[in-house]
Amino acid sequence: MASYSTNEFKSGLKIMMDGDPCAIIENEFVKPGKGQAFNRVKIRNLKTGRVLEKTFKSGDSVEAADVMDTEMQYLYNDGEAWYFMHPETFEQLGADDKAIGENLKWLKEQDMWTVTLWNGVPIATTPPNHVSLTVTETDPGVRGDTSGGGGKPATCDTGAVVRVPLFIDQDETIKVDTRTGEYVGRVKD
Amino acid sequence: MPSGSDPLASLKIRARIRKRIRAFFDALGVMEVETPILARAGVTDPHIDSLQTSWSDHSETVYLQTSPEYAMKRLLAAGSGPIYQLSKVFRHGERGRQHHPEFTMLEWYRPGYDHHRLMLELDDLIRKCLSEHLDLEHSVFLSYRQAWLETIDIDPFTANTEQLKAYIDQQGIDVSGLDDERDDWLQLIMTHCIEPALPKNTPFYIYDFPSSQAALARIRHDNPPVAERFELYINGMELANGFHELIDADEQRKRFEMDLIKRQQMGKVAMPIDEKLLNALPDMPDCAGVAVGVDRLLMVAVGAAAIDEVLSFVVDE
Repeated sequence: MASYSTNEFKSGLKIMMDGDPCAIIENEFVKPGKGQAFNRVKIRNLKTGRVLEKTFKSGDSVEAADVMDTEMQYLYNDGEAWYFMHPETFEQLGADDKAIGENLKWLKEQDMWTVTLWNGVPIATTPPNHVSLTVTETDPGVRGDTSGGGGKPATCDTGAVVRVPLFIDQDETIKVDTRTGEYVGRVKD
Repeated sequence: MPSGSDPLASLKIRARIRKRIRAFFDALGVMEVETPILARAGVTDPHIDSLQTSWSDHSETVYLQTSPEYAMKRLLAAGSGPIYQLSKVFRHGERGRQHHPEFTMLEWYRPGYDHHRLMLELDDLIRKCLSEHLDLEHSVFLSYRQAWLETIDIDPFTANTEQLKAYIDQQGIDVSGLDDERDDWLQLIMTHCIEPALPKNTPFYIYDFPSSQAALARIRHDNPPVAERFELYINGMELANGFHELIDADEQRKRFEMDLIKRQQMGKVAMPIDEKLLNALPDMPDCAGVAVGVDRLLMVAVGAAAIDEVLSFVVDE
């Protein structure tokens, strides 16, 4: 079984902790001049997203997690899972609702997402930074308003509700930043 | 290199501080010495690992010194009188925000001093080095026991390992890999709970350590017995470690042998015992000595968060 010594700890390293795959976010080496050294780390549980702190005795080893980020294209949902396809091997993998989580509101067919695989199974997904969504419902716009002062809510085809400027109409396509959930601009057809 | 406007700023301050250190000892008549970085013996301390190499294809292993202590003690035994040294030292596997495997150590020895007198001299020196860079508060001198009682209300000499573990648990510290070695738990509390709680910009001296952490300090047979050892902390960082030096060669040999047993239990390589040091100890005068991390002193002077900011270049850059 692959393992890492605390000497190899650095941010981004994937390790197993209490049966779950985790990523090291921060690693601090703490050592008294005369005495036991420790590695004080912040780790993110890749399944739950929860961040925890943990102290290891330096020199100890921890099991490596076989975790890999892969760019995959979203295809369809069959009622149970959301299927993504590897663009080169055409391999298809289903992600469950735990792996999709709150990102569901950004999920559009054909978009390329980052799928995190643990032992080959999707455990987490990350949407692209920007997605293009179609407005399906919003109050009628006010002509002549060109700035975004105030804005109004707009429901999009994926279910996401985004605050948009008043001039945006139903059936228009908008670009949204998935990291902030904010409107970025209008997409011209 | 520092990310600030002048990439050489911290090097210029380093040059000034080195000058101040030399002027300080010059004025006191303490002689500057130089001792070898490469030697056939190294430190046996179970928690300090030496880098090793060889000086020719057929020569035996030599060790890069982790501190100039042993060689300087041999000079003291040879009658050097008070001496100091600014030297590069090396430690295997130590890398982090406050650690770099190669660093600069200031070490000095004062015949006739005990650890209390040396702490006062150290305080004088660090104030002279730092005064033009930051406003230091009044220094605090507390015994190890007092420091624990005042900071976290636990008596480190009477608390058992279970109580130490319970405290760590209460603090929400999740630790793995530690067994019942009491000193490991004491050090965990020291580094995770006490050091971060020390007052800012305050030279904080902690003295009279548990005898199990004596290293090369003499043990005073109080009840409980304490090691006449001290540490200086500023802004949560350990800056110096000093001893009222052990001069009993038999006792020193026992401690080296205990170290080697511990190293073996920990699965670490054995280190040759420095017989030349043991031969010299009976001639060494009663004295106190201290080692100061010069890079960390600089970190305090410039307010650096990481040692990398005060080094010209780092090993893993």
